Amino acid sequence: MKTPKFLLPVATAGVLALTLSACGGGGGGGTTAGADAEQGLDSRGPITYVQGKDNSNVVRPLIEKWNAAHPNETVTFKEQTDQADQQHDDLVQNFQAKNANYDVVSVDVVWTAEFAAKGWLQPLKDKMALDTSAMLKPTVDSASYKGTLYAAPQNSDGGILYYRKDLVPTAPTTWDEMMGMCSVAEQNGIGCFAGQYAKYEGLTVNTSEAINSAGGSVLDADGKPSLNTPEAKEGLENLAAAYADGSIPKEAITFQEEQGRQAFQDGKLLFHRNWPYVYNLAMTEGSSQVKDVLGMTALVGKDGPGASTLGGHSAGMSVYSKNKATALDFLKFLTSEETQKFYATQGSLAPVLGALYDDQELVAKLPYLPVLKTSIENAVPRPVTPYYPAVTKAIQENAYSAIKGEKTVDAALSDMQKSIESASAGQ
Amino acid sequence: MATELGPTPVKEPASGGTPIHHGPKGVGEDNAIASQGKWASWLLAPTIVALAIVIVYPIISAIVMSFQKDAALDPVTGLFAEGGPAGLSNYTNWIFQQCAAPGGGTVACPPGTLGSQFWSATGTTFYFTIVTVTLETILGFWMAIIMARTFRGRSLVRAAVLVPWAIPTAVTAQLWLFIFAFEGIGNKLFNTTILWTGSEIPARWAVIIADTWKTTPFMALLILAGLQMIPAEVYEAAKVDGASAWQRFRMITLPLVKPALMVAILFRTLDALRMFDLPYILTEGSNNTTTLSILVVNQIRQGFNSAAALSTITFIIIFIVAFIFVRFLGANVVEQQTGAGKGKK
Repeated sequence: MKTPKFLLPVATAGVLALTLSACGGGGGGGTTAGADAEQGLDSRGPITYVQGKDNSNVVRPLIEKWNAAHPNETVTFKEQTDQADQQHDDLVQNFQAKNANYDVVSVDVVWTAEFAAKGWLQPLKDKMALDTSAMLKPTVDSASYKGTLYAAPQNSDGGILYYRKDLVPTAPTTWDEMMGMCSVAEQNGIGCFAGQYAKYEGLTVNTSEAINSAGGSVLDADGKPSLNTPEAKEGLENLAAAYADGSIPKEAITFQEEQGRQAFQDGKLLFHRNWPYVYNLAMTEGSSQVKDVLGMTALVGKDGPGASTLGGHSAGMSVYSKNKATALDFLKFLTSEETQKFYATQGSLAPVLGALYDDQELVAKLPYLPVLKTSIENAVPRPVTPYYPAVTKAIQENAYSAIKGEKTVDAALSDMQKSIESASAGQ
Repeated sequence: MATELGPTPVKEPASGGTPIHHGPKGVGEDNAIASQGKWASWLLAPTIVALAIVIVYPIISAIVMSFQKDAALDPVTGLFAEGGPAGLSNYTNWIFQQCAAPGGGTVACPPGTLGSQFWSATGTTFYFTIVTVTLETILGFWMAIIMARTFRGRSLVRAAVLVPWAIPTAVTAQLWLFIFAFEGIGNKLFNTTILWTGSEIPARWAVIIADTWKTTPFMALLILAGLQMIPAEVYEAAKVDGASAWQRFRMITLPLVKPALMVAILFRTLDALRMFDLPYILTEGSNNTTTLSILVVNQIRQGFNSAAALSTITFIIIFIVAFIFVRFLGANVVEQQTGAGKGKK
């Protein structure tokens, strides 16, 4: 008699817990995305803009400006952390939960294909079309998946070859030319060239740059790996050989952006591949040894300028958004000339509009713009694939071994090829 | 714990509950016990629900997920579609390193896939666990013996020893990353040019040094608690009998501190087996410093279901290690409480 009574609350609790669990299960999957993409196309109202940490305070002034002009369609800013991985995971979680409050999100160029293929991003076509004619083509390509635009290119980024004007009067234009100048570095007792070769995302950037600059590509137009080509081999071989003969100093295997910048600023490198942000720091930081002798040029390739790997962010619209008409207007606002100019002057973010790179006022402020334009025009987006997380791991793992000489270039490329094939085959 | 909690609410009214229930004894007390029991179970219910949601549901959900395939790309639409049931393929992917082949079927995981890293990650995890726990036990014991003595400035030493333990691991890792940088203080101080994060042996030792620095105080603290329970008279008696310092350590300190020591080692071992932040920040898992936890996190970005299988495997591995400790090495966490109580009496 007593025992069942005693157990009743416990049993109730158990059932409750199981019910709750059942509610939580079975998320994910983009099978209903088609229907979601048709919803709310004409609705207007308040929306939220989600982006990583606004370090240089560009987003808030822009949103204030928008809100003043659109009192009934206000934008709220949801700020994420400054860690790219955490931003990615936060977006994935909220998309999986079909969160209608993540209306417009800032998408790193390498996530576009993944999010598009999961059916989370609103295709920007037909009624939702966005005019991209004034934008640099590589930035548009990096925001597209299978020929459809899925996000509005917002800002771009490309690699720049920094060099010492005092030691090499004319900048090199090809890889062989640059390697020929390494004797100058040797005479001065400094390292010749370095990019980012620690095993992290930066190594994927540098490896794809080497392969693309030699005329190869990591993935072909269909998204299949194409690493078993002589061009890809030449690209990776360039890096491996330069590391083996000391043209790339041995400590570069531990370099991320900051360590490389430090070495270059301390006058320990003749050539350095890095992003545009280095310019301001190298010109202004007190400890910088290269203030008066800093040269900039496009990355070097086989017969001319190399193919930079494209960085930057796009603004995507969630398919679960309730107010897509407002969201589309906001995307247009973000890509307008005025906003793009503000991004460049306030946040040193490279614009996506080609015309701005020739704007005298801007160039006076950001002298690297002409070089960056060449860099971005010749840029190749990082491998555009929904399997990007697996692809980047496959590149890092094998390129790292190849550069260190633990594996031959042939074996590394063949393993890269097989790893990517396996990842795209699904499990 | 459960056996102790059961009788407590029932016993209480017998001794302390009489002023409230003024009715005749016998029948009244029976009713009191029954209502108390019912009352207690209602009070316990929220806790049980909370535990079910926080612990039971994630474990079951992970196990269920681990038998599902990860979403794969539909070649026609270019969109991801649900994978469907996977059978054991997520587990064979890890244990037998069988990856999906392009044309269907499986191949041995090529280097560069996460599947190919399972056994090396398992080896790395155990390598880190064995080396760090051994070092931490020896150093921790030594620190505990120093802290147990009475001397001027003892509280200062105790506080100083605890500083590394108080710093969050992510901050520790970042600190050591600066120390182990090529141009960092480590190389400057010893006038070396070691690439700490550039090859296997230095990279592993960088992680071991940082981990030992951080967690030895934890070990020292637990061992210190054990040392302080040994009565001083035992040592005095041994001294009178003419035992040397080594004999006193081997015959008195070691056996008496063993229960506390085993618990400390067990805690540290379980902790070390799921090591994540130190190697993740210091080396990003390069040069054979990828632990099982890092592998799980990397896999989460590529597919949840396969990651669920891997975390289930990790869970089982840690469970087996804990079982061996409790069953064969006498690290009995549950009886520790009563044992200590008896010692005091």
